[in-house]
Amino acid sequence: MAHDRDDHDHHHDHGSELSEMQIRVRALESILTEKGYVEPAALDAIIEAYETKIGPHNGARVVAKAWTDPDFKKALIEDATKAVNTLGYVSRAGDHLVAVENTPQRHNMVVCTLCSCYPWEMLGLPPVWYKAAPYRSRAVKDPRGVLADLGIALPRETEIRVWDSTAETRFLVLPMRPKGTEGWSEEQLAELVTRDSMIGTGFPKTPGAPS
Amino acid sequence: MNGVHDMGGMDGFGKVEIEPNEPVFHAEWEARTMALVRAMGAAGAFNIDTSRFYREALRPDVYLSSSYYKKWLLGLQNLLVDEGYVAREEVEKGHALKETKVPPRGKFTRDQVERILTRGKYMRSTQAAAKFKPGERVRAKNINPVTHTRLPRYVRGHVGVIELNHGCQVFPDSAATGAGENPQWLYTVVFDGRELWGADADPTVKVSIDAFEPYLEPA
Repeated sequence: MAHDRDDHDHHHDHGSELSEMQIRVRALESILTEKGYVEPAALDAIIEAYETKIGPHNGARVVAKAWTDPDFKKALIEDATKAVNTLGYVSRAGDHLVAVENTPQRHNMVVCTLCSCYPWEMLGLPPVWYKAAPYRSRAVKDPRGVLADLGIALPRETEIRVWDSTAETRFLVLPMRPKGTEGWSEEQLAELVTRDSMIGTGFPKTPGAPS
Repeated sequence: MNGVHDMGGMDGFGKVEIEPNEPVFHAEWEARTMALVRAMGAAGAFNIDTSRFYREALRPDVYLSSSYYKKWLLGLQNLLVDEGYVAREEVEKGHALKETKVPPRGKFTRDQVERILTRGKYMRSTQAAAKFKPGERVRAKNINPVTHTRLPRYVRGHVGVIELNHGCQVFPDSAATGAGENPQWLYTVVFDGRELWGADADPTVKVSIDAFEPYLEPA
């Protein structure tokens, strides 16, 4: 498993690394297509799904539903995969989704220190910062410092619970419903739910605040 | 393996910076790489644990200096060559040149895409009774396998509490090296921040991992 070959970094500037990578990926795609292992149309369809269909709007609908329907919230906390799959209007969740609820006493935050595990079906593909060393290294040791980097301050006594996604369980943070949203519809509420609020590195938008 | 991928608790990587309105992909090759990895995995060429192992096995300097999807591409190339699906000379020439091993599930076609948009199942039937119950104290073993493991270094030797039992699931340490699924009980184990990082650590912090039963011993 030692790989000295082909792993050399050539320290090109950004532009030429881009074109070098384009050439390398195209070459591999050609090989696999010529061999009949994949078809380009299948690759196009995978990419299109993650660019258009599967994104944080799915998780936002789940959170908004939980904010407005106590029975759904209960079911979501008990078995998130099962609860999400009763909705029909968001992407199906596979095994094994766990929803973790923020309260005034406890703030939840999700990380994958070993790679980049993330609830794709609910949030789409993870952003670069989630997969990068600063977040992966610090989230488990200094979560308050990470939140401070992001402009988030929690009360000193609030417990911070960090969930390191080290297996195939996927965690979705259920943020607290913003004040001033009484009587709002599920659709209106979903607009307030940000991607980062479902990772635990942000809060939902506040009604009336500039977005 | 004790690689640089196991980053929990390392210092010096700087601030976390969120890119506003980040696009799903920053370049077309990133999208193609993601799709190729998913497609070849779905064709049965490898499981998720093996693909992770190949990214971890990149040289530490390469791992740290490569972008996320560059690591995916390098890992994929090495895996496909080692497993005999592609010849190294083909990677160099950019064309298929010879007969190589065909993925177990055959060609990955467009009509199969919907299937892979939902996560696969890792739950398996129970092999034996679970050793631990929620509320029990356990110690993460001090193990240092040279192959793939999902027990991060920062918890090894430390005592935590079983919080959840997630059932019996595919054991990555076995699956990554082709040794079979070897299903094991999976638990969420929660550690006090001071247990992990010392007496000066923030007393309000708790950190959990999902740990397979072979990673744990009674405490």
